Amino acid sequence: MKLNFSENHKLLFSVVFFGFVALSILIAIIPAIEVNSNDPMCGVNTLTPAQFRGLKIYVSEGCLYCHTQQVRPLPLDKVFGRPSSPFDYSYLTPLDQIRMTPAVLGSERTGPDLSNIGNRQPSEIWHHIHLYNPRAVVKSSIMQAYPWLYEIKENPDSNDLVIPVPAEYAPKNGKVVATQKAKDLVAYLLFLKQKPIEGISQVEESSSKNLTAANRGAQLYNTNCASCHQQNGEGIPMTFPPLKNSATVNSENIDKHIRTVLFGLKGEAINGIVYPSEMPAQKDNLTDEQIADIINYERSSWGNNGKKITADDVKKIRAEGK
Amino acid sequence: MAVERPIAPTKVKIDDLINEDDRLTKLIYSYLVSATVWLIFGTFVGLYLAIRFIYPDFGVAQWLSFGRLRPIHTNVVFWGWTSLAMIALALYVIPRTSQRPLFSISLARRALFVINASILVGVIYLFMGYNNGGQEYREFIWPAMMLFALGVISHTLNFYKTIALRGTKEIYISNWYILAAFLWTIVVIVIAYIPWYQNALGETVIQGYYMHMGVGMWFTPLVLGLTYYFLPMLLNKPIYSYSLGVLAFWTQMVFYSLIGAHHFVFAPIPWWLQTVAIVFSVGMVITLTAGTGNFLLTMKGSFRKVARSYSLPFILVGVIFYFLASAQGSLEALREFNQYWHFTNYTIAHSHLTMYGFVVFLIWGGIYALLPRLTGKEPSHLLIGIHFWFALLGLLIYGFALMIGGTMQGKSWIEGLPFIHSVELMIPYWIWRAVGGTFMFISHIIFAYNLYKMKPLTHLHKKVDLAGEQI
Repeated sequence: MKLNFSENHKLLFSVVFFGFVALSILIAIIPAIEVNSNDPMCGVNTLTPAQFRGLKIYVSEGCLYCHTQQVRPLPLDKVFGRPSSPFDYSYLTPLDQIRMTPAVLGSERTGPDLSNIGNRQPSEIWHHIHLYNPRAVVKSSIMQAYPWLYEIKENPDSNDLVIPVPAEYAPKNGKVVATQKAKDLVAYLLFLKQKPIEGISQVEESSSKNLTAANRGAQLYNTNCASCHQQNGEGIPMTFPPLKNSATVNSENIDKHIRTVLFGLKGEAINGIVYPSEMPAQKDNLTDEQIADIINYERSSWGNNGKKITADDVKKIRAEGK
Repeated sequence: MAVERPIAPTKVKIDDLINEDDRLTKLIYSYLVSATVWLIFGTFVGLYLAIRFIYPDFGVAQWLSFGRLRPIHTNVVFWGWTSLAMIALALYVIPRTSQRPLFSISLARRALFVINASILVGVIYLFMGYNNGGQEYREFIWPAMMLFALGVISHTLNFYKTIALRGTKEIYISNWYILAAFLWTIVVIVIAYIPWYQNALGETVIQGYYMHMGVGMWFTPLVLGLTYYFLPMLLNKPIYSYSLGVLAFWTQMVFYSLIGAHHFVFAPIPWWLQTVAIVFSVGMVITLTAGTGNFLLTMKGSFRKVARSYSLPFILVGVIFYFLASAQGSLEALREFNQYWHFTNYTIAHSHLTMYGFVVFLIWGGIYALLPRLTGKEPSHLLIGIHFWFALLGLLIYGFALMIGGTMQGKSWIEGLPFIHSVELMIPYWIWRAVGGTFMFISHIIFAYNLYKMKPLTHLHKKVDLAGEQI
């Protein structure tokens, strides 16, 4: 029998249809079945009910259109964490009977990657201020504000979570209080912590070896510290302490400053103010050299004039432990 | 002595009217009206979003946020405007090239209702923040997409029957492409909406497959099939080579099916899958060279005709963008370039250069070629010219702004600058994007007016006596 596609429509369209079905099975369905695994491999990787509700808000508000959750094995992605691995996504299943598995990997970085945001920005309060109005913590952010996740209350109860929004962005009267939805969303964001994998370093190496120490310090500070302490070092009143004119930063005694960066700080009064959010420990995020660069940048910027330190100082205190 | 200079070069008036079944003409027109309503709505949303990038606190409300409107913009222009407009033209091309009336007009009429309903349901749910897991172009929840699939299936039956009962020996090349697009799209939708193998990264593999096949097995073959008819018709000569068309057809089917994973280069999906996708992305150059070459060689020697026509320039632009933007896609798939451009605004430039510069321009060429001949009514040539230039200029501003901006973004990330730096540097480019978008939107309003001007007369083929009574 002669194969005549242009005159035999049955033959032509059968080949077109079944040929494509066969190709699709090979290239899509079989590989999908291969990686269709909810096995977390190491450690538990499941969502609590609150985090799951948070994931649903993350999806319905379309966070994944501007934020990826995939760290590629490339130098430029190191700032976001270690390269993503298949089991990072093992918690993903269909949302409900109507909605399928969410596509959290994303395809666009209008905002930064969130694979490891729970480690990179562990402050719950920061996330709430940022969601209420991103520009309150990051001046040039173009992210959407989500005020409908918050209520304005004249007299909040004692069990309300009051968000200390800076005056410039706060409502004229009343206090900003987080709704359950806001708490759920932040719970999901804080769940996004990459679990360590043996042999893959969590610590990012500076991708800019050729910069001077001062420039490296500025860059590291802006990437890792500025979202709370701000680029001008002034912090946010009553929420994040200032580094400008700070006693610790200008002190001859370097011990306290290094300790704070390495091991974090919580609940301590600074200039008589107890801040609501904690300083996250950086010991697993940054190398001794990087911490020294940051501290020296802080000690020589915004009019500060503290004693310079070296990477060996950091190493010594790291060895001593908390 | 002063010479009368017209404001625009004169274009040839149409005198070869088609006497077509009145019901089909009206049906095609109603498809185009639906499509154009979605076009105006979808691109208005797009323009609003472009402005949001510059004024993030402009109009803060839950259903006006980027996360809700973005899928509305993409899905409405995909399934509402582009798909319905392509189907409208196919409703004419398939019967015409098969030399047989459409198998069932009432089935096609019902399909229009079903597809419009599917988009309406999908959009209402998207406004409510109810999307299908944020899977790009798959945001319609399955009840809405099932309706769309129903519409596609009824057209498939209708067109298959029409081709099966054709009055010619050979199946014209247009019909290969058009009917294949319908068959492939059914497969794509079914595979995409079966949930069993779509947990964790399984979803990602299917998403790569789906988002690429949505473009490559629906829009591309359908619009190429239409062009294989309209271009020879307008030039009044046969297509340069049937065999080139056939070669492009089979390579389209084989290569295109395999390259979905190039949307997830460097992601934790299997490395071999990414490599296969990249290799065949480069292979696509064969397909698009064959396709473009075929069209350009058909035009060869007739460029005077192109200049004198008002529909051919659209087709010429569409063919050029088909080549350039698809080649751009092959480049983006290479790991070296992907590092630079993935996740940046360059991707958005690419999607607009392809969907708009290639697909939509070819559709407009088809509409301006067909409707005046069907209804005997031409819009103002000047307004068609304004539509053409505004759409083209807007697209070029849009495309270049985001290509340059996207490259700068990638550069700033590779240099290790703080992330916020890449946001700050994009502001001027986003402003240009909004300017380009404004031009495009204005051209759509003009197109809608032109479409209204081409409205079929209700008594087109009825003789009316002076008293207004039918004879």
